[in-house]
Amino acid sequence: MLLSPYPTSGERIRVALLWLWCGLVILFLLVPILIPVPLSFNSGAFFIFPLEGLSTRWYEVVLGTQRWQSAIGNSLIVAFGTTLIATTLGTLTAIALSNEKFPGRRIVMPLLLSPLIVPVVITAVGSYLFYARVGLASTYAGIILAHTALASPFVVVTVGASLTGFDRNLMRAAAISGARPLTAFFRVMLPLILPGVLSGAAFAFVTSFDEVVVVQFLASAGQRTMPLEMFIGLREKLSPAITAAATLMMALSIVLLVVANLLARRGQGRRATSG
Amino acid sequence: MSALQPSELDRPALARGRSAAGADPGTASAALRRAEFGDRLRTLALAAPLLLLLALSFGIPIVLLLSRAVYDPTIADALPRTSQALAGWNGQGLPGDAAFTALAADLSDSQAKGTAYELAKALNARLPGARSQVLKTVRQLEGAGGKPPLDIMKSVPFWSAPGTWPTIASGTHAITSFYLLSALDLRWNADGGIERVPPEQAIFLQVFARTFFVAAAVTLATLLLGFPLAYLIASVPKGLAAILIVAVLLPFWTSILVRTAAWTVLLQKFGLVNDLLLWLGIADERLDLMYSRIGLIIAMTHIQLPFTLLPIYSVMRTIAPSQMKAAYSLGAKPFTAFRRVYLPQVFPGVMAGCLLTFILCLGYYITPALIGGASDQLISNFIANYVNVELNWEMAAALSFILLVFTLGLFGIFARILGLDRLKMV
Repeated sequence: MLLSPYPTSGERIRVALLWLWCGLVILFLLVPILIPVPLSFNSGAFFIFPLEGLSTRWYEVVLGTQRWQSAIGNSLIVAFGTTLIATTLGTLTAIALSNEKFPGRRIVMPLLLSPLIVPVVITAVGSYLFYARVGLASTYAGIILAHTALASPFVVVTVGASLTGFDRNLMRAAAISGARPLTAFFRVMLPLILPGVLSGAAFAFVTSFDEVVVVQFLASAGQRTMPLEMFIGLREKLSPAITAAATLMMALSIVLLVVANLLARRGQGRRATSG
Repeated sequence: MSALQPSELDRPALARGRSAAGADPGTASAALRRAEFGDRLRTLALAAPLLLLLALSFGIPIVLLLSRAVYDPTIADALPRTSQALAGWNGQGLPGDAAFTALAADLSDSQAKGTAYELAKALNARLPGARSQVLKTVRQLEGAGGKPPLDIMKSVPFWSAPGTWPTIASGTHAITSFYLLSALDLRWNADGGIERVPPEQAIFLQVFARTFFVAAAVTLATLLLGFPLAYLIASVPKGLAAILIVAVLLPFWTSILVRTAAWTVLLQKFGLVNDLLLWLGIADERLDLMYSRIGLIIAMTHIQLPFTLLPIYSVMRTIAPSQMKAAYSLGAKPFTAFRRVYLPQVFPGVMAGCLLTFILCLGYYITPALIGGASDQLISNFIANYVNVELNWEMAAALSFILLVFTLGLFGIFARILGLDRLKMV
């Protein structure tokens, strides 16, 4: 399709130029995310190639010092809390929205997605203003609540996609066989949409784990998360420990999102098998 | 689906429909309607927890923030007597002595209540230089030693200067357009019209223009880099396309902060980008790419490229190769076929990708904060600064209001032309 059936030499040149251009674009895409990886194993304190030598000293700093350890702990608390709430409530909402009788889907859907569109500074500043009044600023609950708003759209969309392949007659069959709604949900619906739910959970986890702006406004000094430590570190002093932290965060995000996408694809794939 | 409509009724609804029909000899359709209504309520109840939580954690905070842009009772609360004395004033010249006396009493009160500094700050926001004058007058009133308050007020030239009293009068209304106008470098003039603020006070139009410029530059750059790559991925065999798409998705899945961190490392004076430029002979000496506009645009382009590319690719994927073959067989040259057959079909994808990137760029905060210099800060950075440094919530709210109007306006266009489902990327 790149070349016409009887390519002229000018056309061959154009296709060669296209490949060259795209090769450069791919380098532009990949080099910046790969660069921190070797630098994080540098034994020296500078960001210069060639590396002075290999060492894991910067990983020891990130995993071994109190400042970073507490940041990792805080990140995990917030991300797990967000995942739990966003996945539970997001799944319920996706099930409700997949029902044709749901009133006002056209209004609810844009409202649900709006946290993705509203600039995050506005969300963060607004949360800070409101949460300070109701005593939620500088609490884990406050950060988790704000992160849930950012993460739940991903759950609703992914679970919603896996529900488009779900045959509601199965729920009727379960009901006719005497299963109560809750039993039918756990025994029939949940196993079938589980890939979508898990994928939504992974999206929610990563959304919270990578988020820094809301945390910047809502967290007290003792509640700094890993991204916030990185942000502060980048502003104040560029230490190679940041490349180690960045590599760790990147590895976790990519692994979780690869899993999430594979699961999401599997969840949607059921549409093909169930008709 | 519509053919299956009758079986859409689930068992509980049918059961209730039956029993309702049995108890009440009304028509079956009424019972059915009641059952449907119950059904609707139940689905709504499933969605209710998340909707309530979102209202609490997202909706109320934003409404509260935006309300601060138009609601500022600080001056009105601090100057109750003055507000009353100014009620009948026509705004021309100076008000009567009663207003001066009332202001003196209010100022003394605010000092006693400890709100004088708040008041001075609020007045200063509207009338630069007012802070020191208010605090000076408050001190004089405190140490008056029997001198009548009216004389003290008259002895400070600031209180008789043109502009002072109209500002005080406008501040006595808790609902105000002052901050929203300020966010657009506008203000009310003495005649009740709207005018530009003097050039030395005008900053925000410049910030908005800068934000739009950076967003447009990044959008254009992502299109130039992304369109050919999307075209290539859509044209090569499946296996190769899968490998190429991973090259797009890996950065897409990496957080903005991590990628910004990577760019701060790369853009250093002795970083890899400068090494490369020297080696290629493009630059003769090491450039200051950190804290520069060009560094900011490069980093933002890297982060936004997948957002532009993926919608374009998803449309390109659906265009059958046979269409181009048909065009060739009808005698079209490659470029003509591309322009007349391919481009018009890809256009919605290009629009979706570019609009998405442009909208997201308007709200950028992290990357300008870390990579941009002082003159590269975008509107989000100003909002954060008004909250963190200046503690001026009203101005932060007004800027948020205008940023939100632009963002939602553009998103409305996006949703109208392209539909919301394009947001489901990959």
